[in-house]
Amino acid sequence: MQDRTRTRNIYLIPYMLWIVLFVIAPIVLIFYYSLLNIDGAWSFENYKRFLSPIYLDMTLRSFWYAFLITGFSLLIAYPTAYLLTNTKHKQLWLLLIILPSWINLLLKVYAFIGILALHGPINSFLEAIGIGARQILFTDFSFIFVAVYIFIPYMILPIFNALEELNPSLVAASRDLGASPWVTFRRVIFPLTLSGVKAGCRAVFIPALSLFMITRLIAGNRVITLGTAIEQHFLVTQDWGMGSTIAVFLVIAMGLTMILTETGKKVS
Amino acid sequence: MTKRLGRLPSIYLAVVFIILYAPIFYLIYYSFNSAGNMHSFEGFTLDWYREVLQDTRLFIILLNTLVIALLSSAISTVLGVFGALAIKGVKTKRFQNALLTLNNVMIVSPDVIIGASFLVLFAIVGMELGFGSVLISHIAFSVPIVVLMVLPNLEEMSPSLIDAARDLGASRWDVLTRVIIPYISPGIFAGFFMALTYSLDDFVVTFFVTGSGFSTLSVEIYSLARRGISLTINALSTLVFLATLLLVIGYYLISKQRTKPKEVRSVG
Repeated sequence: MQDRTRTRNIYLIPYMLWIVLFVIAPIVLIFYYSLLNIDGAWSFENYKRFLSPIYLDMTLRSFWYAFLITGFSLLIAYPTAYLLTNTKHKQLWLLLIILPSWINLLLKVYAFIGILALHGPINSFLEAIGIGARQILFTDFSFIFVAVYIFIPYMILPIFNALEELNPSLVAASRDLGASPWVTFRRVIFPLTLSGVKAGCRAVFIPALSLFMITRLIAGNRVITLGTAIEQHFLVTQDWGMGSTIAVFLVIAMGLTMILTETGKKVS
Repeated sequence: MTKRLGRLPSIYLAVVFIILYAPIFYLIYYSFNSAGNMHSFEGFTLDWYREVLQDTRLFIILLNTLVIALLSSAISTVLGVFGALAIKGVKTKRFQNALLTLNNVMIVSPDVIIGASFLVLFAIVGMELGFGSVLISHIAFSVPIVVLMVLPNLEEMSPSLIDAARDLGASRWDVLTRVIIPYISPGIFAGFFMALTYSLDDFVVTFFVTGSGFSTLSVEIYSLARRGISLTINALSTLVFLATLLLVIGYYLISKQRTKPKEVRSVG
């Protein structure tokens, strides 16, 4: 028993070192920096600035965009996942759905610079059906569209897994007892796959708040999310204090999202 | 429900598939365009590929990316296995849960937060940004995924295996290298692969901690894409796409018997 304790400690040393250096220290440092003003003195200046209308407006917009992105992803992903579970070679189809998520995100975003451009295929199509070409890039719409495109696989996968775990006899029972397909869906299928929906929303909502390259490349400087603001403060204006303050709020938002989408069991 | 809707489900799935893959094939198609834009195809050319292959700067960046990916995934796999053994070895449930929570904090944290906080960390320590800081960051954010991949294998391993080995006179080192590691090798393999793809795919964290002299493929693609459309990016995307495809196919072929295709990379 005595020497077993010693072995355990040997494994624990490098791992604890990693936790302290790269999990705890960075969080503490971000919090510490958020309390420093631009001259490096202690103050709540950054928090006051964050609570001013400009930053609050930016935060609310960022949340609103993230809600829209999550909502649209869910609307598209749920039926897809449902229909996938009914296909013959579902594991193969699932693999094909997931495959695009393995491709570098920047390349997919870059593709949309071409697709949505003034002379791109979408505008040619709009012109052909008589609506006429218009500026699509650098609008709110383009940002939401591309973000939904990026996030769909991440929403499909957990919902698909939840649907797979659903016992089909429950659906059959509901039908036998006279429930319409819609009632069966609303009262049986959806509640039983809610854990997958929550896991999907969690996987989409937090990145939607924080990814800055989609906004930078697709929406120009029109859309500023929390992530874009953090990047701006850290790498452009070099105001690390304010950047850290926004980061603190992003961490809080992340924590709230985790609590709201708590499924009771671990979803990895 | 699906039967009554006739062909509608297949059409819906087909549309989702087309939308998911269209941007990727759009990029590939125009990488052969001699006109140099992404909207009117003039003629077939391999010029853009020639340009990519002759660009020594790009070649160095590619080498950087591969070296960082291989080194960081190898080191983080070792650390991650230690981490999983440490978590498994901890006797009190509370301490175990605390370790798991800290482990998961890194997984759910948005990339901007990880990037920004590592930047602050390196500044405080006084470390110069470049190869070293990028390598350390990649190791740091890959460790938790390895832990999560290895832990289930450790949990399902019967303790009597270890007891039997000890009874038969195996030293602690023998138990680790001859019993435990072979048993958890599927998890180690999966963890290494995930760490590899995390590193290859990472943009945000690298972007924060890379400084000016050092660049990886993702960072390079971003800075090229910010300048607008250039068909060398298309040619590069095609090559990256093929490499990704080979990597994923290789992974699934090797691990086919053991794991179901359920991994999806997290974004953000």
